[in-house]
Formats: sequence, structure tokens, C-alpha cells
Amino acid sequence: MNMMTPETPDAASAQIIKLAVMAVGGQGGGVLTGWIEGLARAQGYACQATSVAGVAQRTGATIYYIEMTPDTGRQPVFSLAPAGGDVDILIAAEMMEVGRAIMRGFVTPDRTVLIGSTHRALAVSEKTVPGDGTADAGEVRAAAEIAARQLILGDMEALAVSAGSVISASLFGALAGSGALPFERHAFEDAIRAGGKGVEASLRAFAVGFDAAINGPPAAPLAQTQAAPRLVGPASLQRDWDALIARVDTLPAPAQDMIRAGLRKVVDFQDLAYGSVYLDRVAQVASHDSAGQEYALTFEGAKHIANAMAYDDIIRVADLKTRASRFDRIHDQMNAKDGQILALTEFFHPRAEEIASLLPAAMGARWEASPRRMALLGRLFGKGRRLRTHRLRAFATLYLLGGLKSYRLRTRRHEIETAHLDAWLTTCLDTAQADYKLAVELVRNRRLVKGYSDTHARGLSKFARVMGALELLAGRADAAEWMARLREAALQDPEGRALEGALRTIRSFTD
Amino acid sequence: MAERSFKAEVEHLRKGDGETFTGEGILAITKALLENGVGYVGGYQGAPISHLMDVLADAQELLGELGVRYEANASEAAAAAMLAASVHYPIRGAVTFKGPVGVNVASDALANLCSSGVNGGALIIVGEDYGEGSSIMQERSHGFAMKSQFWMLDPRPNLPSITKAVRDGFELSEASNTPVMLMVRIRSCHVTGSFQTRDNVPPPLSVAEAIANPQSDFNRVVLPPMSYIHERDKIDNRWPAAEKFIVENGLNEVFGPQNAPLGIAVQGGMYNGVIRALQRLGLADIYGDTEIPIYCLNVTYPLVRSEFDEFTAGKDHLLVVEEGQPEHIEQQLAAFLYRGGASLKLHGKGVLPMAGEYTGQVMLDGVTAFLREAAPDLLPDQIRAPNQEAPQIPDLSNTVPIRPPGFCTGCPERPIFAGMKLVEQELGKHQITADIGCHLFGSLPPFEIGGATMGYGLGPAANAAFDGGGERRAISILGDGGFWHNGLSSSIGNMVFNKSDNVVMIVDNYYSAATGGQDILSSRADNATKATNNPIAKALEGVGVEWIRQIDRTYDVAKVRDTLREALTTDFKGPKVIVASSECMLNKQRREKPIRNAAIKEGRRVDVPRFGIDEDICTGDHACIRLSGCPSLSLKKLDDPLRDDPIAHIDQTCVGCGNCGEVADAAVLCPSFYRADVVHNPGGFERWRAGMRTRVAGWLQTRRDARRMRLTGAAP
Repeated sequence: MNMMTPETPDAASAQIIKLAVMAVGGQGGGVLTGWIEGLARAQGYACQATSVAGVAQRTGATIYYIEMTPDTGRQPVFSLAPAGGDVDILIAAEMMEVGRAIMRGFVTPDRTVLIGSTHRALAVSEKTVPGDGTADAGEVRAAAEIAARQLILGDMEALAVSAGSVISASLFGALAGSGALPFERHAFEDAIRAGGKGVEASLRAFAVGFDAAINGPPAAPLAQTQAAPRLVGPASLQRDWDALIARVDTLPAPAQDMIRAGLRKVVDFQDLAYGSVYLDRVAQVASHDSAGQEYALTFEGAKHIANAMAYDDIIRVADLKTRASRFDRIHDQMNAKDGQILALTEFFHPRAEEIASLLPAAMGARWEASPRRMALLGRLFGKGRRLRTHRLRAFATLYLLGGLKSYRLRTRRHEIETAHLDAWLTTCLDTAQADYKLAVELVRNRRLVKGYSDTHARGLSKFARVMGALELLAGRADAAEWMARLREAALQDPEGRALEGALRTIRSFTD
Repeated sequence: MAERSFKAEVEHLRKGDGETFTGEGILAITKALLENGVGYVGGYQGAPISHLMDVLADAQELLGELGVRYEANASEAAAAAMLAASVHYPIRGAVTFKGPVGVNVASDALANLCSSGVNGGALIIVGEDYGEGSSIMQERSHGFAMKSQFWMLDPRPNLPSITKAVRDGFELSEASNTPVMLMVRIRSCHVTGSFQTRDNVPPPLSVAEAIANPQSDFNRVVLPPMSYIHERDKIDNRWPAAEKFIVENGLNEVFGPQNAPLGIAVQGGMYNGVIRALQRLGLADIYGDTEIPIYCLNVTYPLVRSEFDEFTAGKDHLLVVEEGQPEHIEQQLAAFLYRGGASLKLHGKGVLPMAGEYTGQVMLDGVTAFLREAAPDLLPDQIRAPNQEAPQIPDLSNTVPIRPPGFCTGCPERPIFAGMKLVEQELGKHQITADIGCHLFGSLPPFEIGGATMGYGLGPAANAAFDGGGERRAISILGDGGFWHNGLSSSIGNMVFNKSDNVVMIVDNYYSAATGGQDILSSRADNATKATNNPIAKALEGVGVEWIRQIDRTYDVAKVRDTLREALTTDFKGPKVIVASSECMLNKQRREKPIRNAAIKEGRRVDVPRFGIDEDICTGDHACIRLSGCPSLSLKKLDDPLRDDPIAHIDQTCVGCGNCGEVADAAVLCPSFYRADVVHNPGGFERWRAGMRTRVAGWLQTRRDARRMRLTGAAP
């Protein structure tokens, strides 16, 4: 639907500079428009701005449009909306708005200076997908490189925030830096001053935007220099850990990074012995693998076995919620300053199932089998709880729960998780002999198991249905592709409608 | 409190002779009303004229000084009815609302007003909400002018033309004893520019003076036989008087060369678009000097035949540029031509599309297609035979997601729909009708609740067919704005009357929020010029509703869920109404943020809540988003090779409303949400206690860390 207009000999309308701002609600598009308008008038231009207000405020996409031409005393006839193929400067305050501008034909190679922010404000449709539904920014960037005469792309949102301001100011700076308007830098800055609100912060953000337009955005603008993940602990355990990590070197090289990540996760989840069990499992997978297959099975196995072994039980949640590192992180994220106090409230809602799964294995199984006992558990424990973890009582409760690691391996939950893991792994390895690619897909299916409570139960049932398709697919040449397709379908919606459709298709050609 | 304050801009309304006004179209219209001696103003808010109502509300002091009465009308019908003051009294009145929904609502009063005819100038300023950004059905107001015979102005979209149209409108109205509608399109309302101001003029006869000397004349009452006489009067006297005024005062404009074999007739509001197309074809300069003659219809109804005949004389081709459908103007002009036996070829719909907004591209294509047929020699070579391949730009239509408007961050309506969604998961899908207002966003993903909207205040009325009952009770949604506009009588009263067994969810956010946060009867704010704080529940009792549940904090998702479940399952027969009240977050933030910041600055203790998600506990299934859709609740891709799916993430814009925590609890989702309250300026004891807690917790943490291996660096 790209609308390309052949270059027209429109000498007349070329005397008018046409500028469109495409923004998402709440981005200050109106402020930016006001600055541009003020700037143009102060520089002796006749100028007109229009917008469609209202929707912008409520998170929809919106366009502000400005036209200007040197003031001769006679009133020019300006247009009220941008037209495809007739926009000189396009400012898009978000990456998909860059894409929308291109789609609507507002960015053309003969004339348009495109200034875009690469950050994302995700649309609802991208966020609700149970898997990864985010749109491909790479495609938009590629299109922008073809469509624009001059392209300035950078994370203007992050730049503005780093300067303690909002994106309208950094975009205004980038506009000045682009040289697309025939005005000097100080004239832009005067327009900000004339606006009179938050002038200093706006000028700082303006400056970083200006530099980004001239020198390109900073290589890694604000990437927090996060240390590589590693395990730390007392010296005595460190030695055993070193021995464990040394074992990884004996496993297939292409999978080693993943194995190390997995090992870190399961040791953090439980202990070093548990890490050893993890490596045993990975080694078992590797024994079914070969260099000819680039050890894909081991690679995927290392990832998903770790995730399966580090299941989300109450003990893990309680442990994670009471760590010192967590309190520090929240302190940073909330921008809490010295002298300020941070109060934390956690939202828990355990169900009878979670409580029963914490019982010793045999006992937990008995209780789970008894609706009467489950109802009792539900009455006693199954209600929403607000735990104020900055207070000692709630902290101590979670701290004690988080310390139940030595007991964890005897719980009903551990028994269930282990059985589930073994059954899945056995199926994968049994399949590997006959159809290696299919086995890799079976390993990847583990991605479907996630969430808590009902969401977890739904994930498990989707996992079971996708795995169940093995019977239908085994022996087919395209089994692996279909298995991958089923998994993708299962990730598309929570109810599993897409999965049901895909399964129907398979049954139609296997019957 | 309206969304936007015009207090500063209102000062510009005091400008006098020879000064220059620079600003927005809406403000210019207000200024023009004052310059033309308007005696009373009113209206009902709605895009794109909400700002006009807000300007008037903020300008009450000035209006008072001039003796101008300002009324915030209950509905568009009420606004139109107010123009009755101009039937007998020589007072100029102006009301405003959006078209066409507003015109639909107002049509009864408009029809009566037109039949009676007016003595003082009566102006209806309609914001024509058509095309991109419009939130309503795509229809024209033009048909109403034809039906009731009032005159329609559609001025060129620049401030001098729009303000002149206000003056022309009053004068035309008085010259023809007929109300006049001044139509401004959505972009004209917000277009900026300048015009020369004149002194404000107090009304020669104010409404306060008028009621000292009441007037009536039964000849003006719409009853037979007078109503038959009114109809004849329209045709025999008012219409010719209007045509005469239009011609004598040159309300319509002609541009371009006198003699040319072709021409364009265009609605005033579309003029700039036509000129831009001609500019791009090299047939007009930037000041609008055109090589193609243009007949610019600043009055689109009535069309003046003599003027039109004069313009078309000697022409072989005519293009009619008329946005929207049906093509009323084109049909009328065609009738003129046919009756006059003209051989001129008429172009319009055909080279231009019948439906949809006339964007720059559409206009360029249309004008080009017209010229290709009418005068191909005029077209630049480039258009006639393009010799340049346009570069191929990749198609992004499958990549770029649509971005419909939705609930704001912290919106108190979101938890209501989350609660409704939970009931739906429990009891199954119900028949649900929606209403007009922000809550209509509930019909979009992620909630998808509500399948129809029939008009303001008509949510429950739209479920009337199901009032007789059945297997499952039907649910309807009604906003507080809709409730007072029309809902109390048309929807609620009639549910009582018809013994409906259905359920109504009244979404009370303290304002007419979707139109910009104007106060209404049940608003909680103190308003110096309005009586607020009239509870909806009391009105419900008054019309005989017996089952009423008031929820005072909609963020309590569990309570919303339980209350709705009760309404759907109770044995009580009769309408069940839940009033779910919490303040519109947009307005609340606007009001409270400055107060909070000032308090922090002054060193007072302030508690600022925000929500967060523990990255290592979130598994990335996004169930929370499907029950929330909050803009601040987004996704984050982790730099962790073990995890495929992005996790939920709450950004800086969170206002700490608590919806996500409540949803996680009520829906039994997951324990990854937490609320962090940053306490600014804590007291001494509080600081000491916090220090103690941190030390004890720190000791426990160190103790545990000394006995295990743990991850550091990345999360956790």
C-alpha cells in the first residue's frame, strides 16, 4: 500500500516547507508542534499547524502537521493535512510510527528528511500474544533506508530521559541538527525559552538530540553496563563450583555457553549437587548427538532442561523476593534517593494446589486426591495476600520459605516436575534416533510450559497437546516443520484456538 | 475541570480594533462571536468542538462583563432548544456541538426551530467529525440542513474566513429568519493562524433585559395551521431572502480566470486541498492564484442557481469537489444543469471517490483525473507520461501494528472490564451492549466486552429486546456522561417501566471524560458556576431502581467481579444497576501532580506509589496484559539466552493505580507484581524503624549468602 507519486514539477508548492509529526498519545507532540510554529514565526515565516487532538491523549497514533513559507505579507494557501509524496520533513516519535509514515507514503526518496526514534511503544496487539508478538523493527529500518532522502534514527526517548526531559525536546534537537529547516541553532533554543516551561531540562535534551543528528546516536547510548552473570559464594563452595564448571568443557563445544548459563540457573535455584544432576542430563542428551548435527539437540536440551529443573515453586519465589540484590535493584528502578524510604507490597494468591505441592511427596499426592482436603487447604491458605516485605514479619515469613531448599527435593512438586521432565526427555531422545530434527523440535516444545496457577495449567495442557501430535507426525518427512508450526500456533493465543486449527489441519491429512 | 485550560488564551479574546489575533481556530470563533454581539452561547461538548465549550467555560468572566449568558447544555437537543430565545427576541445566540451525532440528537429541536423561524440571528456551530481521527460513524450533517431548511456555511479553512463566516452567519440568519449552521471540520477547529480583531460588542438586548419584557406570538408556535404556513414561508420568503443575501454580500467566492473552458466548484472547507493539488500540478501558486477557475461554496446550502449559471457559462467541463456521501451538492448542481439544458460535462464522484476523507493524495489523483479528461494539455509532461521508475519501498503493512486508542495509564475503567472479563471466564459469555464514551474502548482487545453501541446514553436501551429475560441476563454499560445526557430516562427509567431483569454497569469517572473532562451533575469537584455532587445512585432510586450497588473504588477488581456475579445470579427480579465510581486518572493526575510536587518541595511527607515486576519471577506468558492493557504495562526482552519470550515490564509512566496487583490477585495470575512506595521526607521515627528493618534483613541475607552459590550480575 505504499503510495509513490512520481516527482511533480511543483515549483509552486516547493516554496512551502511541509513537516509532519507522527506520535503516540502522551508524547508531547503538541509541545513540539508549538515550538516549531513559534520558531518559524519568529524567523519571519508564515506558518500554519493543525492536529487531530483527542485520540492522541488516549494512546492512539496521531499526526501533527505544519506548513511554513517566508512571510511576504500575503496570506499563502496552506494544506491542512500531509499528502503522500509531498512531505519535506517527517518526525516519527516511535519506531512503528516510522513504519506507519513510510506505509502512508509520507517518506519519499526525492525529498523527505526522516527523523525517527527507534524506541518502541508496543501496541496492544503485540503485547497480548502469549509468545513473542513484537513487530520487526529491522524491517522498518530497512524500509526507512530506502524511502528517506536523509535518515536520522536514534533512541530519542532514551536520550531525552538521560537529560531528564521528554522526547519532544530531543526530537526538536534532532530537527535542528538535521539542517532541514533554514534556521540557526540558537533560534531553536529561543523557541524553547519562549515556551517557558521546563526550559533547562528541555534545552539539555535538545542538545543531546542535536548531537545525535550530527554525529549519529551514541554507540550504546545508555546501555547500563551490566556485569556478565556469574555465580558467587563462599570460598568452600567456589572450589566445587569450579570443578562443576570444568565438566562443561567435556561437553560439545557449540552448546557450552548455553550449558554454562543453564548450570548457573539450576545451581542458583537449588545447589551444586543439583547442578551435577543437570550436567548428567545434558551429557545424556549429548550422547545421542553428533557434530554432524552441530549439536543442536544438546544446545536446545541445555536450555530447556535448565528451565524445567528450575521450576517456579513457592520456595523459589520466596527466595528471589528476599534477596539483597532485589532490594537494591528496586531501589535503583524506583529512583529512591538517600533519605527516602522504600515500602514494598507483594501480591500473592496461592491456591490449594500450590500448598499441596509443597507437602512431602506421598502426603501431597494423597491430599491432592482428596477433594475434601483440597477444599480445606483452599479455605485455609487460598486467598489473596498482600505481603509488606519491607516489614520484618512478612520478610521473615518469605525468608523462611525461601530457605526450604534442602526439603524441596522431597516435595510433591519436585516429584511431579521430575517425572514430567524425565518423560519428556525420554520421548525426545527416543525420537532422536529416527528423526533428529523432530527431536530438536520436541525439546523446544518445553517453551510452552510457563506461568503460575491456571496459566501454568493451560501451558501444560498446550504442551501435552503439542507433544501428543507426535503420534500423528512420526515418520513423516515434514514432521519437524509441523511440530514447529504447532508450537508457534500454541503461542499465538491463550485459549489455544490457533493450535486447535493447526491440529485439525494435521488430522485432515493424516487420516 | 476540563482537560485543557484556556485561561491564558482567553485574555486574547479582549483584543480590540486593529489588533492581530494569533492562535487556534476554536478560539478565533469565540472571539468572532463576541465581536458580533452574541447574547447567549451554549452547547454540548464532543470532538472537535470540545475546546470551544472549554474556551467558553474559561471565558465566563469576560462573558459576564459583556452581559452574555453561557449555558452548559444537557445535550445537543437541549442546546438547539436554547436557540428558541431567538425566535421572538432580537437576540443573537450561538450553540455548538459535534456533527453528525450531535445533529442527530438535536434534530427534533432544530426542526421545530426552523419551522418557527428566528428573529435574532441563530448560529449552530458544528464540528464536522469526518475522516482520520474521527471517533464516530461517517455521515454528513448536510442532509439535516436540507431536511429542516436551515442554511449551511462551510468557510475556507483559515482564520479570516472562519471569523467572517460567523458575522455572515448571524446576518444571513437575520436576513432570512432562518437558523444558520456553521460547519468547521476537525482540522479547521485546530488550525492555527492570524486575523485582524475588532472590538467586542455587548448584545444590544441582553437575555436578562429580554425577560423583563416577555414576548409570545402563537403564529410562531409549531401547531396547525401555523405549521403549514411556516412551510410556505420557508419556500416563498425565507429561501429567496437567503439567496438574495448570499449573492449581494458575495458569500461565495470565485477565483481564477474569467474565461476558461473548465472550472471547479468546491465546498469552502475543501478549497485548500484543491489549491494544493493545483499547486502540485503547477496550476496555482502558493497564494492560491489559479489557472483553473474555482467557484468556492462558502455557503453549501442553499445553492444559488443564478450564481452557478454565471460561473458555468461558456464552460465545457466542471468538477464538483464534495467530501462524503450522498453527493447532495453534486446532485443539486446536476439538476440545475439538466433543467437549464446545459451540455456541460459534470465530473465529481467518479474521478473522486464516493466515500472517505479527501486527503492530499485523493485530491491530487481526483484533480489529475479530471484534467486528463477535461484539459490534458494543462497537465505537466511528467504526469502525462512519467519516465521515471519510482523506487520500490518494502511493504510494511504486515509489520506495522494498528494502534487504536485505548484506556489511559491508570484508568479506573480498566479494572471494571478486568472484573467483567473474570466473570465471563466464570459464567460464560453474556449479551453485552456498550455505550458512547471512553468505556467503549472495552469492546476492543484485550477485553473485547460489548458488541454494539447505539448512541449516547442508549447502552441499556440497546438491550431492550432482551428485557423480557431468558437463560442469561443481558448486561449493558453506561457512562456517567451518557447517564445524564439521555440515559436516566431513555435507558434506566424504561428498564424500570418495562420490568427488565437485566444488569447495568454505570461507569462513573466523575466527568464527561471522553470529551475532555467537563463537569457534569454527579462530578465530585466544586464548581463555582455549576451545581455538582448529585449522586447517580440517588437519581436511580428516584426513578424506581431497587437493586443498586455502589462501588467506590473500581480498582478493587475482586469486588467488581463479585458484585457483577451477584447481579447476574441474584433471585431479585427487576433492573440491577451497579455504579462503579473512581476518578478519571487523566484528570486526577492533572489536579494532584502539581499539589504533590509542591508538597515534596516543601518537605512534607509524601508517599509515591509505583508498580514493578520481578524479572526473574515473570515467565512471559502475558496473562496480566490480557487482563489489563495498561500503556505502562509493556514488554521487555531479556538478555538471557535461556528465555525465549519477552517478559512483562512496567515503565516510568506508571501512576501506581494498583490495577495490575489487583488483577494478579483476583485472577490468581502470578506473584511477580509488587508495589513500591517511595516515601519522600519521612519522619525521624520512620527513618529509624526503616534502618532497623534493613539491618535485620541485611543480617539474614548475608547469613544465607554465606552458605550458597548465587547468581549475580544479571537478574536476579
